[in-house]
Amino acid sequence: MHLQKPKGEVNQLSSPAETTAVVADTVRDEMVAAIRTTLGTAVVDTLVKPGDDIWVRVTTESWCASIQALKVAHAFDYFCFLSAIDWMPSPYGRGEDDPSEPAPVRDTVIRPGYTGGDTRMQLLVRLVNSVTHLGINIKADVPNDSFTIDSICTVFAGANWHEREAHEMFGIGFTGHPDLRNMYLPMDFEGYPMRKDFPLLARMVKPWPGIVDVEPLPGGADDDVKDGASEEGTS
Amino acid sequence: MTILNDPVSAKLGNRQQLSYIASQAADARLNVELETEGMTLNIGPQHPATHGTLRIIARLDGEQVVWAEPSCGYMHRGYEKLTEVRTFPQVTSLINRIDWLGSFANEVPFILAAEKLMNVEAPPRAQWIRTILFELSRIANVSLFLGDLGVQLGAITPVFLAFRDREYVLNLIESATGGRFHPNFDRIGGLKDDLPAGWIDETKVVMKKLRNFCDEIETLLFGNEIFQSRTRGIGVIPRDVALQYGLSGANLRASGVDWDLRRDQTIPLAYDKVDFKVWTHPDGDSFARCWVRLQETREATKIVDQLLDGIPSGPVMAKVPKIIKVPEGEAWVSTENPLGEMGYYVVSRGDLGPFRVKIRSASFNNISITPWLLRGVYVPDIITILASLYFILGDIDR
Repeated sequence: MHLQKPKGEVNQLSSPAETTAVVADTVRDEMVAAIRTTLGTAVVDTLVKPGDDIWVRVTTESWCASIQALKVAHAFDYFCFLSAIDWMPSPYGRGEDDPSEPAPVRDTVIRPGYTGGDTRMQLLVRLVNSVTHLGINIKADVPNDSFTIDSICTVFAGANWHEREAHEMFGIGFTGHPDLRNMYLPMDFEGYPMRKDFPLLARMVKPWPGIVDVEPLPGGADDDVKDGASEEGTS
Repeated sequence: MTILNDPVSAKLGNRQQLSYIASQAADARLNVELETEGMTLNIGPQHPATHGTLRIIARLDGEQVVWAEPSCGYMHRGYEKLTEVRTFPQVTSLINRIDWLGSFANEVPFILAAEKLMNVEAPPRAQWIRTILFELSRIANVSLFLGDLGVQLGAITPVFLAFRDREYVLNLIESATGGRFHPNFDRIGGLKDDLPAGWIDETKVVMKKLRNFCDEIETLLFGNEIFQSRTRGIGVIPRDVALQYGLSGANLRASGVDWDLRRDQTIPLAYDKVDFKVWTHPDGDSFARCWVRLQETREATKIVDQLLDGIPSGPVMAKVPKIIKVPEGEAWVSTENPLGEMGYYVVSRGDLGPFRVKIRSASFNNISITPWLLRGVYVPDIITILASLYFILGDIDR
């Protein structure tokens, strides 16, 4: 869902200043207040972006129970997706290093996204109310030592494949999942490809040609904003 | 019992183990009665009935499926990992290849997510052209489904009609974007180019042809008695099961859920400017899913016609920096793609490229219901059920 704007007043050349004025989103604010009442101490943090979306972070222990409560009490009955996010910055950057040079020093601080987080891995589920079409993003920390969290297969049968995928790609264990076989990779594959410390070997074995071929980037801060919008439009 | 020491059974999880034991018991019963043995049928990965490299392992009891599961991964290309080493404008050429029959529609939600994070909105003309091309890719995609449906049931003619008429649409997409299959035409802030001269008149002619095609398919296929008896009451998905498996698109609407992301969310596309009907069907069977898709194709041609009449003038590109750095944040945007809800959860760290992109593709959820749905059906119905669920392999594996 997008920033609400009065109809017929869409700016042709919008700039950030024109779209930031957003009225308060009472529907989402009320929903978050109701969720806080239902889940109580299970809620760690919430965030509402008016006219956009809701983020709720729940505790690891209450993960399955919270999803169940949201499904039953607030009719979030549509399972959209489940996935994980590895918040550790990649030690390989974007794979554009020159192999002949020493590796550059990179930021290794783990910074979580919206609604915070204390661990490297976070689980993310999106549920939608099939009548009001209000969506909600639910996050939970995955413990750093065990990388294990409860499965929500019993609440949403559709989570089965999504949890298998997260298990295969991020190495997250799901207690209570019926069958955590690999979906894509062979069963004897080592490592978890979507973790940030898993190198993208295609970028390691030889230098990325893209970095050599590009024309020199236009420099200077005043060159940052292009005023060629009209010439693009008429070409 | 030998079942519990069975090496196959030991590798399975609890639920599969139960159904496996049940299948063994069913076999044992049949063996006594008819002296037949249980059988594991392997369909695919290269099989004409699977639209690509999907493999289905089915355990049969006589002619009934006791346990079936698709085996994915033959088309896995790791796009979620690859997006992390690309810049934002480069990502569109990758995600074009997820659902390759409706490529343009794949680009739109990602671009919208990036625009949302940057707080940029495309000019109205770009939004209208985006919507038109979006609907054209829906028509190209679903018309092939309508033709392919006949082939699954042994009727050869519809697929020739479908390929003929889809070509008109692909020609339109090619003349506007330069790419028949993979347009890569969407840019953050608008479109690469404006429409070519004469395109609007040409599109109107093609939309008439496509409506004729829909009528032809309706009389040729949907009125056919064999087609009806093979699809009516087969593969029924109730409303609540469809919701908890996250089915979307025509599969969800065929189960009686009145939900279309084109109508039910505020999105910077021109859908709020047109008048269209969202078709639903209460039955939830294979026939309903096919029928909803037929109606949607027809509806899409009407949407395109309405949009063509009112394209606003103006530029097709907003003011965006030459080097696109997307501000830090998280955004989720999903649109009603030909196959269902396709969404991108984009996490940006204020860098040139995304930090993490979760690609929520429609087919992955749509096909995840098959172990539940195929239990107890007859072997020939596997084919029609899978055809009616309609998946693209690249959309499952990503």
